[in-house]
Amino acid sequence: MASTTSRPAPGATSSAPRGPALRRPGRAGRGRRASLDLVGWGFVLPFVLVFAVFSVAPAAMALFLSLTDIGIGDLTSPFAVDVVGLGNYTGILRSEDFQRAMLNTALFVVVGVPVTMGAGFVLALALDSGIRRLRSVFRAVVYVPVIANVVAAAVLWQYAFTREGPVNGFLGALGVDGPNWLGRPGWAVVAVLLLTVWRNIGTCMVLFLAGLQSVPEEVHEAAALDGAGYWRRVTAMTVPLLRPTTLLVSVLMSVSFLNIFDEPYLVTDGGPLSATTSVAKWVYDQFGYGRIADSMAGSMVLLVVVLVVSTAQVRLLRSKH
Amino acid sequence: MSVQTPTPTAVTVTPTGPRGTRPATAVAVYVLLVVVSVLMLAPFALVVFGAFKTRGEFTADPGGWLPDSFTNVHNFVVLFTEKGFGRYFLNSAIVSAVTVVTNVLFSAMAGYALAKVPFRGRSLVFGAVVLAMTIPYVAVFVPQFVIVVQLGLVDTLAGIVLPILVMPIAVFIMRQFASSVPDELLEAARLDGASDVGVFVRVVLPLLGPAVATVAIFTFLNSWNYFLWPLVVAQSVDTYTLPVGLSVASAAANTTDYGVLLAGSVTILVPVLVLFLFLQRYFIQGIAATGLK
Repeated sequence: MASTTSRPAPGATSSAPRGPALRRPGRAGRGRRASLDLVGWGFVLPFVLVFAVFSVAPAAMALFLSLTDIGIGDLTSPFAVDVVGLGNYTGILRSEDFQRAMLNTALFVVVGVPVTMGAGFVLALALDSGIRRLRSVFRAVVYVPVIANVVAAAVLWQYAFTREGPVNGFLGALGVDGPNWLGRPGWAVVAVLLLTVWRNIGTCMVLFLAGLQSVPEEVHEAAALDGAGYWRRVTAMTVPLLRPTTLLVSVLMSVSFLNIFDEPYLVTDGGPLSATTSVAKWVYDQFGYGRIADSMAGSMVLLVVVLVVSTAQVRLLRSKH
Repeated sequence: MSVQTPTPTAVTVTPTGPRGTRPATAVAVYVLLVVVSVLMLAPFALVVFGAFKTRGEFTADPGGWLPDSFTNVHNFVVLFTEKGFGRYFLNSAIVSAVTVVTNVLFSAMAGYALAKVPFRGRSLVFGAVVLAMTIPYVAVFVPQFVIVVQLGLVDTLAGIVLPILVMPIAVFIMRQFASSVPDELLEAARLDGASDVGVFVRVVLPLLGPAVATVAIFTFLNSWNYFLWPLVVAQSVDTYTLPVGLSVASAAANTTDYGVLLAGSVTILVPVLVLFLFLQRYFIQGIAATGLK
């Protein structure tokens, strides 16, 4: 399972690098071994403590609580609850709200990921081989939305996409009658997707650009000498060579879009008519309603989906050597 | 705009120069990039324009872009005097400052040990780090909340800071960098009689300079933009961070308050944008480094 990370990196799955055998004058054998353990654990201790209490324990607790009947009253004594098995899971999988949230999330992923990756790839290609000047300026401009605070952006989205707002004002100037963006289910999905895509294109572009720049110049020169045109080289060489980068970006983006919460929560609060509710938003809402057990079961379903989707992509896209 | 283009068979000297593109193509590429740039920057422009508008302007011309004046700071005054954003700003600054320091220190320690000290259990710790990066956040925030309730830290800055005192991604970055520290240097320092702590402080930390910058920036970004967890933990205005304060204000606002809300957006965005302007290289290196090594 360790190979399905959201940030796979070569070497991530192999064991840690071998450090030097730390020779100390006058120390040998078991004493040195024990002192190495002491030093090693001493250095990782602060991290391990935080990690155990706030990552490992919560993950185990989430799994446990999803199998219980925990309610809002049990938050102060979470272990005094009754185990009910898979009842929560069958319950939520049957509930229409949850199914709706799953469908919406699937739509966000199926539309959002290819659009974001495609745009990021085209921009990376343009910056890598299309221009000489201003490359870093364009790169910075495309990347800036990535670091923009999502609440700040969502406030703007709520204002910009009002019926009479600046987006429709601009469209009107072009002679287009803009829709009631946040009032119509279909258009609300588009508005939320626009925000999510805008925030993620930069990440895709930077990663693709790093991948493109690692392709040796000689490869391009050789292909050019062989008379291959630009587009022919892109499709026959660049795309296959970028397979590892593509895998990384697509796993990263799929995980981001599967976990989408901030944008639907902030821009539309999941509406109108639950059109933009995501699974993560549903999980958060159940927590707010005090249905802790359902909330935890939903989060476990999401975890399984994330793992399955990541694993499937690694299997499909891993180089065939 | 003069665009030099080599002939298709010319050997370009620049490592990433145009690879056999024709002048017409280059012009088309520039046009594409300019259009995309305008689209990417338009939201930022709208935020700034809106922050300087009066209520009257929003009602009189809801679809207009430019404000009447760029010197009308009324919205910012309201934000900091009536809406309590001074306090939120301070809270955000505290959370960011604390987490930057702890992340840099603890992740450097852990990264060094994971890269250079062959202790028993090392692979287990590292495997857990990698696995932790895959867990959806919504799966852990409720149990994290239960733990913070148990610790009696609900509605405190300590409760907000605790889970991100040291992030797995920071450890991951530090370990990548620490792996490249030459073993001979560590050996030499030890032969000179330096203690383990001494080796770390005097030899390893100075060599980790670029990693420290990357982790510091990453942590600052994450903490400054941290939203869901503070939203759950902070229950009163005394502990709101900027994003929580803004989202609560936005939920309670009516449609004529856009100016004040957008002034809030500007307040959150400016520190990050200023930092980005000066440290762009590290930002982008950091992203590329975490994914591709």
